[in-house]
Amino acid sequence: MSVEIPAVCVEGIEKSFGSLSVLKGLGLTAHSGDVVTLIGSSGSGKSTFLRCINLLEQPDGGTITINGELVRTRQDRNGKWQPADRRQVERIRSKVGMVFQNFNLWPHMTVLQNIVEAPVHVLKIPRQQAEEEAHALLRKVGLADKPGHYPSQLSGGQQQRAAIARTLAMKPRLLLFDEPTSALDPELVGEVLRVIRQLAEEGNTMIIVTHEMQFAREVSSEIMFLHQGRVEEKGAPEIIFKEAKSARLRQFLARAAGGPGAD
Amino acid sequence: MGIPYVGSAFWELWEAGWPAAILRGASVTLAIGLCSICLGIVIGTIGGLVKWARLFPFTLAIDGYTTLIRGVPELLVIYLLFFSSAEFVSQVTAAFGYGGADDSAYGFVVGTVAIGVISGAYSVEVVRGALVAVPRGHIEAGRALGLSRGRIFRRIIAPQMLRLAVPGMNNIWQSTMKDTALISVVGLQELMRISSIGAGSTRQPLLFYAVAAVVYLGITIVSQIVFGVIERILNKSNRAG
Repeated sequence: MSVEIPAVCVEGIEKSFGSLSVLKGLGLTAHSGDVVTLIGSSGSGKSTFLRCINLLEQPDGGTITINGELVRTRQDRNGKWQPADRRQVERIRSKVGMVFQNFNLWPHMTVLQNIVEAPVHVLKIPRQQAEEEAHALLRKVGLADKPGHYPSQLSGGQQQRAAIARTLAMKPRLLLFDEPTSALDPELVGEVLRVIRQLAEEGNTMIIVTHEMQFAREVSSEIMFLHQGRVEEKGAPEIIFKEAKSARLRQFLARAAGGPGAD
Repeated sequence: MGIPYVGSAFWELWEAGWPAAILRGASVTLAIGLCSICLGIVIGTIGGLVKWARLFPFTLAIDGYTTLIRGVPELLVIYLLFFSSAEFVSQVTAAFGYGGADDSAYGFVVGTVAIGVISGAYSVEVVRGALVAVPRGHIEAGRALGLSRGRIFRRIIAPQMLRLAVPGMNNIWQSTMKDTALISVVGLQELMRISSIGAGSTRQPLLFYAVAAVVYLGITIVSQIVFGVIERILNKSNRAG
């Protein structure tokens, strides 16, 4: 039996903003094909934790290992931890895709230009090939007729799907979703969840932060419930949703089931 | 003073060559305006970038400069630059064998530098504000995709910064055009000075100053049209479909 290197292994992550300690020693391990969903109240640190994984936030402690490669850090003059090697960070980020709550498409570029920018300039893929692949991705997310459109001409759901296509263009080994549907009108949420579900079914390794409990239940291989910067409970979806041990978690799930935007 | 009076006197003035002089003055005004706004844009871009990137201790120098120039009346800035440098420049030109430098060329250079320095001081804040206004999420998306910092600046930040800086720069341009009138105090033959000379020598101040106002307004109106076009071009991707 071979031991497979985890796609991502994060241990002991700590993060404070000033005097406010947001993450107090969080860890997560995901193997290829796993879909881990992080749930919890606002302020529990879910987004911050996710953003530490691709180093958009620099943790104050802990280790991050992506595909067996440990992110090297060093301390700067003020004692704060910084990545030791910017090239390593850029390289790792090119293999870890992130989908943001606010899509973050670049407004002065068309959808096609948004998608090919990174493959052409980071992966050095020839523009022609990158454009062909971009068209294929647009077909995949249901936006085949939109390559020449500007983001402002698309609905929220279309923009998020375009953003997902942009992330997929880099052929990432790990996909991070930071509340991908929280900024969408309710009727647009479904089309985005459909795309994310398809990605999960295709065997992508994904870490998702979401409030969509039903979706989390259907798609995840593991659910982690965060509370005040720590993992309160984690396990397979059936267990978490049916037989949660923690009272806080049961309360959280009850509220979430009670209506949209609970907590 | 009635309309017929002005009408009949107009032909005398035409004969005396005043309209041509007014046009000459207006072209000098425009030339100063354009040269100084270029200088101002260069200063503003460098200063704005330095402040945005928080490059200490250069930020202190920029702050000192903008506080000084914005805190002192423009007229005073022009006087200070003119009188402090007159001595220096005449010594330098004498050393180079150009003794007796051309007055108007000198006034032009000092005037341009003075107005350029003034518009630069205001431009620093416009550029910095535009850089800060680029949504952080756009930059994060670039970082998350593994784009290099240079790439992010050139492809994501700079284009949006240009668009965001245009309204502010429009204001500074208008202000710069009006500041050129202050150079008349150092004797440069731009529009304001020509108008005062004309007003004095023909004893028809209202006529000349009214004409000057019309010319300045004409420049303003053309500028507004140009800026409108620039804004439309830069914003074409932003209009909701």
